[in-house]
Amino acid sequence: MGVHLPPFQALVDAHAAELHRFLVASVGRDQAEDCLQETLLSALRAYPRLRHGDNLRAWLYKIAHRKATDAVRRIVRRPPPGDLDALPAAAEPSVPAHEPSDDDVWLMVRVLPAKQRAAVVHRFVHDLDYRSIAEQMGTTEEAARQNVSAGLRRMRKEMDR
Amino acid sequence: MTELEDQLRRSVAGPIDPERVASRLARRAADAGLLDVAYARMDSPLGELLVAVTRRGLVRVAYEDEPEDEVLAELADRVSPRVLRAPQRTDAVRRELASYFARRRRGFETRVDWTLVRGFARGVLSATAAVPYGEVTTYSAMAAAAGSPRAYRAAGNALGSNPIPIVVPCHRVLHADGGLGGYAGGLDRKRHLLALEGVLPSVR
Repeated sequence: MGVHLPPFQALVDAHAAELHRFLVASVGRDQAEDCLQETLLSALRAYPRLRHGDNLRAWLYKIAHRKATDAVRRIVRRPPPGDLDALPAAAEPSVPAHEPSDDDVWLMVRVLPAKQRAAVVHRFVHDLDYRSIAEQMGTTEEAARQNVSAGLRRMRKEMDR
Repeated sequence: MTELEDQLRRSVAGPIDPERVASRLARRAADAGLLDVAYARMDSPLGELLVAVTRRGLVRVAYEDEPEDEVLAELADRVSPRVLRAPQRTDAVRRELASYFARRRRGFETRVDWTLVRGFARGVLSATAAVPYGEVTTYSAMAAAAGSPRAYRAAGNALGSNPIPIVVPCHRVLHADGGLGGYAGGLDRKRHLLALEGVLPSVR
């Protein structure tokens, strides 16, 4: 005993919105809500066994990250729908026409080099300013700014192809 | 801001409805046997109430004077940290309370979970739970029922910290001389409940 864990609902109320943003960025809008529920349910299951109540937000993010990885893996493994005849037709619309969809954009984020990806996620998912991004990543503010802009530049190049 | 930056921001900022997240989670948690404490708020003539239930029964009723975060923190510490807002789970209790306040019900079928009550207080409050609607008793009678006739002060303390007021009717316990005694929710509420049950003449 002696472990003081806040009521689980307090964690949900405090962090569900930001976890959801994180998951939209990681797995796309369609899957984010289910992924959020999986995250919360897993956390709820393990919750009473935690040894301490420090940094519960980071703990939730770790679980969310794991659920997101599982979800992405499932999507990749899933065989293409329909029989073989349907394949060529199905492939066409997935070529980004002119405007990339929101999910396409985040797919591009996912393939950025690690530092650029982290910086872009901090900037647009966690809504951090450059100084906080620098603190989080252990870099200078200037480097944080450069990582974000290099990431964006790379994505624009990819989109213009 | 460039178009791309705007799209990145907009695409993750989608609104989520916290109540939808909460109710979906509560349902799934209940199905998985992970909902240890379910709570919800309700209106009553005595102000807003918070009710909390476990699988065993009603574990807590709190008047609005008690800050919700303190009530929930105590439940997390003493019952289980798996505390979720789950109105559906508390429907039965809330319906019974509503009909009690509407004078359509004189007793409660909801079972009580005594987890928050220990020792002597447990004896006092179980005796109190047996005092019928519309009747009153005394602090020393409750002390005696709990096995220590002279411990009426301790009985008073136990009643004053009753975690399940209204349903465990500590408002029916008065001083032997007919004085109202005390009430954790304030004497106005005690008067209101006694008037509702016809023990005191209605003031209004």
